[in-house]
Amino acid sequence: MQGYFLRRILAVIPTLFFASIIVFMVIRTIPGDAVDLIIKSSPFMEDSAEVRKQIEADLGLDQPVHIQYVEWVSDIVLRGDLGNSILRETPVSEEIKQRLPVTFTMGTLAIIFALIIAIPIGVYSALNQDTIADHVGRSFAILGLAIPSFWLGTMVVIIPAILWGWTPPTRLLPFTDAPFRYLVVFLTPAAILGASLAAVTMRMTRTMMLEVLRQDYIRTARAKGLKETLVVTRHALRNALIPVVTLVGLFLPYVIGGTVVLERIFDLPGVGQLLLLGVMDRDYPVITGIFLMIGIFVIIANLLVDLSYGLLDPKVRNQN
Amino acid sequence: MINKISLFFDEKKQFNESRFIRFCIRLFKEKPLGAAGAVICVLFMLTGIFADFIAPYGFNDINPPDRLQPPSWTYFFGTDQIGRDVFSRIVHGARTSMIIGLSVACISIFISIVLGVTSGYFGGKFDMLLQRIVDAWMSFPDLVVVIVAVSVLGPGLWQVILVLSLLYGIAGSRIVRGAVLAVKENDYVNAAESIGVSTFRILIRHIIPNILAPVSVLFTTRLAAVILVEAGLSFLGLGVPPPEPSWGSMLSFEGRSYMFQAPWLAIVPGIVITIVVYNINMFGDAIRDLLDPRMRGSGGQKM
Repeated sequence: MQGYFLRRILAVIPTLFFASIIVFMVIRTIPGDAVDLIIKSSPFMEDSAEVRKQIEADLGLDQPVHIQYVEWVSDIVLRGDLGNSILRETPVSEEIKQRLPVTFTMGTLAIIFALIIAIPIGVYSALNQDTIADHVGRSFAILGLAIPSFWLGTMVVIIPAILWGWTPPTRLLPFTDAPFRYLVVFLTPAAILGASLAAVTMRMTRTMMLEVLRQDYIRTARAKGLKETLVVTRHALRNALIPVVTLVGLFLPYVIGGTVVLERIFDLPGVGQLLLLGVMDRDYPVITGIFLMIGIFVIIANLLVDLSYGLLDPKVRNQN
Repeated sequence: MINKISLFFDEKKQFNESRFIRFCIRLFKEKPLGAAGAVICVLFMLTGIFADFIAPYGFNDINPPDRLQPPSWTYFFGTDQIGRDVFSRIVHGARTSMIIGLSVACISIFISIVLGVTSGYFGGKFDMLLQRIVDAWMSFPDLVVVIVAVSVLGPGLWQVILVLSLLYGIAGSRIVRGAVLAVKENDYVNAAESIGVSTFRILIRHIIPNILAPVSVLFTTRLAAVILVEAGLSFLGLGVPPPEPSWGSMLSFEGRSYMFQAPWLAIVPGIVITIVVYNINMFGDAIRDLLDPRMRGSGGQKM
């Protein structure tokens, strides 16, 4: 058990390393010279070779690439320093921290929403395999994968506005002032994001349920006269849901991608909006900072999912 | 001798043809929804190829007097805020989607096969290293990678194709690698190795033909995913730059305020994207079920 945990945690280190290399490579390929940018942005600086050299030395750009990488990483690891926004000159880590609750709330709600819809439908579909209800459920799941969430979001804003003059609430008050109204703002976007996640979860739940229902221990449970509801909930569902938990980990990149789009449509001040603002303003420290944070977040979250997998599944727990 | 060889090739060709036809017949008989999907896919491709002949107007013909016209016989899907025909823009948007979708699907499959086959067949340290890089790569969300890449490389058709190909190529190598690992264990591969067949020949003649089933499914899922991501990117204003029409950019924010008076501007492109992606997925699912012998019959049926 401890061996499993240790191995998992150690396996994350190379992944984090390569992820940081990817982000570092993006930073290195940014068009235009950082030195040019600084000289242009401050009117008091003259554009001479001497000044350029000075700035290069200040930024550490005169060092070899691998030393630059080490310095960049140690800035992040030791001081949590992702650099400053060129436009606003505030630390990027501070800006992300401010906007994190919005994205986090929406993502969490979307995942909860997806699980609430998907698991019952998936179980029902599996128990009634190849009936009309099963086919309808599966068709909806495939449809859910095909509808672009940005279009669904647009429709939810436009159609009720045309028909009834109603628009979903988007004004965000601080959570501490009115927790309920804070959450209400997220309901519509989270439901839309959750709908597309539900499609995948439902398919996965159905597949796993079908597999588990064919196992010997299910037959045994039925043979000894256990009530069908108990067979389904105690024996089948508990085993079928283990892979579904991993799926939630695999969702995360998708959830984050979805929040970028939905924050834009519903004008919510989250990290995704910050990323898009950064792209519009060509504020590269903001872009790369968010890029790195998302990568690290997904890697850590997947590690946690793997670890909980170990806790849930006795087969994994007791291997060695 | 020569006659014999040519005869052999003729037979082989006929065999392939009949196999393709048999596959089509099975598709229509066993998977009517998948067959419908295939038909829609073909229609989508034809629309993309013959866009110039199908579209009644140019995709950028501005006609201000006819702005925001509702759908009618002159303008099937109405007109937008500067009087461009929405139907013509949808038809030309199909071309943009098709060019990006097909080229990304092809290039990314090629990358996946090269990486997945080498990594799966040779294994060892190279495999270990590559898999850790793929892990790192896959922890970045698709859309975020593309947004960041476009912000660095600048928007444009080729940048989008390049980034998406690399993105899906690397991610897909995982699936190809898994398939190769399974095929590698077969006796015929061992037999070929033991009689000294060259590695290159083993890869080309024995490994790759046997992973074509998962690869063809990968192709259709990629095609659908690329069309969706491209639309999302254009929606955010980071895709193919205007005036080139794209289904995503037709839904973007420039037209947002007009959508309340002219809902067809918002409804039509979304429905078109949904229909195309839905049918590609249905077609892909049908191919998977037909090609994978384990999926046959209801006993082992999965999805």
